[in-house]
Amino acid sequence: MLRIENLCARVEEKEILKGLNLHVKPGEVHAIMGPNGAGKSTLGSVLAGREAFEVTAGSVAFQGKDLLDLDVEARAHLGLFLAFQYPVEIPGVSNMEFLKSSVDAVRKARGKSDLSSVEFMKLAREASKKVKLDQAFLKRGVNEGFSGGEKKRNEILQMMLLEPSLCILDETDSGLDIDALQTVADGVNAMRSPDRSFVVVTHYQRLLDYIVPDYVHVLAGGKIVKSGDKSLAKELEAKGYSWLDGEVA
Amino acid sequence: MGVLQARVLELAAIQNAPAWLSDLRYQGGERFAAASWPTRRTENWKYTSLAALAKKDVAAAHAESVEFNDLAMIDADAYRLVFINGVFSEKHSDALPPQVTTFAAASEEQITVVQRHLGRLADSSEHLFAALSQSVLEQGVLIHVAAGQCLDKPIYLLNYSAGKQACLASTRNLVVLEEGAQAEVFEQFNSDGDEQSNLVASQTEVVIGNNAKFKHYRLNLEREGITHAGGVFVELGRDALYSGFALTKGAVLIRNDYVLTHRGSGAHVELNGVYLPRGKQVVDYHTNIQHCVPHCTSSEVFRGIIGDQAKAVFNGRIHIHQDAQKTLAELSNKNLLTSNKAEVDTKPELEIYADDVRCAHGATVAQLNDESLYYLQSRGIDREQAQIMMSFGFINELIQSVENSDVVEFLMPILADQFGRKESLLQMEADALESL
Repeated sequence: MLRIENLCARVEEKEILKGLNLHVKPGEVHAIMGPNGAGKSTLGSVLAGREAFEVTAGSVAFQGKDLLDLDVEARAHLGLFLAFQYPVEIPGVSNMEFLKSSVDAVRKARGKSDLSSVEFMKLAREASKKVKLDQAFLKRGVNEGFSGGEKKRNEILQMMLLEPSLCILDETDSGLDIDALQTVADGVNAMRSPDRSFVVVTHYQRLLDYIVPDYVHVLAGGKIVKSGDKSLAKELEAKGYSWLDGEVA
Repeated sequence: MGVLQARVLELAAIQNAPAWLSDLRYQGGERFAAASWPTRRTENWKYTSLAALAKKDVAAAHAESVEFNDLAMIDADAYRLVFINGVFSEKHSDALPPQVTTFAAASEEQITVVQRHLGRLADSSEHLFAALSQSVLEQGVLIHVAAGQCLDKPIYLLNYSAGKQACLASTRNLVVLEEGAQAEVFEQFNSDGDEQSNLVASQTEVVIGNNAKFKHYRLNLEREGITHAGGVFVELGRDALYSGFALTKGAVLIRNDYVLTHRGSGAHVELNGVYLPRGKQVVDYHTNIQHCVPHCTSSEVFRGIIGDQAKAVFNGRIHIHQDAQKTLAELSNKNLLTSNKAEVDTKPELEIYADDVRCAHGATVAQLNDESLYYLQSRGIDREQAQIMMSFGFINELIQSVENSDVVEFLMPILADQFGRKESLLQMEADALESL
């Protein structure tokens, strides 16, 4: 599914990723934890193709293709989805139009026909029920005036509609209360399947009580310094990140 | 004297109009012909050249036979008055309520009202285009609503330019709302094909009495070849309300001046507008809000998208006189350039002579936000479509704030066309909105 080899990336003149390796097989859930400034969000941005981030070395293969060679939208067409830490507000563009355009674009790229408005509305309503987002939000501008929790639910709603094969959740738990966290996790868990993988980036162990990972990696100083199973997350929670200092160096 | 000035002086002398208007008309012609032609050194015309207009030759207005099968109109229950090349077309117009008349059909009493107000706000000694439209005064509309009355339906003034010849199409509207009266007016301008090259001089004067309310939509939908010399002059009494919306697609030159004057305290002006020139079109809005008395408010928001080699000018002036304490005035102008050859000149002007006021103004010129583009692209939407969606969104925010839903519905497909959006998406939105 995803093979990241020796990935190095920088933003402006600052090196952030310094030789990161990560292999994700279909159906697996990988959690990436680490201290602030370790490069967690950079990883998501580099994978999604954000312009400000420059890859200086390494390779990323996704579905057997060279991911780094693709435009942002082509990565989405291929099945990559990044749930943003800070979803963008776009006033004047209705959430509904946004969702339909994006579903149409992704379906088209995958050789499927456009959904009719009625079919689409039905899907959108079902999905908004699942993430407990009132349907009125479909009418509003994209994320316009949404609370932090509503924005994150809207991300999960998009993920459900786009049916990606690899979902990267970038600190989706930040700013969520327990109820919203539960809803988001339910949405994610409902989507787990043998051919869909997740990379869950988080600062806290809390989210991993709800979305139980197969693997946990610690990202520090721009690379993965330790990997393990879900018990590693517990250990990190108990000891903090400082005990890993030796391995970072 | 240029070609146009000489021609207008001739036209002022030959046209037939009700005798009671002839003095005014001749005065307009003389003033227009005598005016020293604006150059780029004239403050009011600093960014827009009138050199080409000076040389324009125009014929007298004449009616053309026109069928409106394809013309998009606002689907509202309204009293419609149609003018073709500035000439009133009874055939296309509805029977009018007693509060509305053409100048030609005005009663003695209505003539008195016209004579009292016409040209008082649109002062032809001061405003070049007011003189222009006054010089061929012939057709005009009076909307006079008595105290406490409310017009049961909007008045829909449809101005259409047609025919091969360029003529001087002038329309003149006078709205007088007595104390507590209410009215709503749509002004729509269209032209027949890109070749049609009329000079449209359209001036509207609005006298809003104490506690009266006026809603005004002015939509310049003319095509490529038109030159439009527009003006809206408004006077507000105590606790009065003017709520205006303006939209211009663009043409050879579309110039609109809004001059609004607060004469009674407690009144409010709300003026929003959108301009969308592209190709080599030029749009120029000059707005001027005069706060002469205390405790009035004004809120003004204009947004433009300028594409290709087009040019837009926005000059928003707010003048707060010494007596106008406790004024609250806001002005915002945002522009989006979608081509590196497009140009916008934006100039907010505040003049404040009172010390206890709150004023905010801002003007921005920007490209589309990269962060938002990236977000849309990350959802599979290609860059070009993302740009279209965002441009549309930038304008749509203002359109959605338009109070009259018939006007919103009318504008959506026009904007969709302008932005190359899919009709199916619009339909979906309409369906969805209904079902939600």
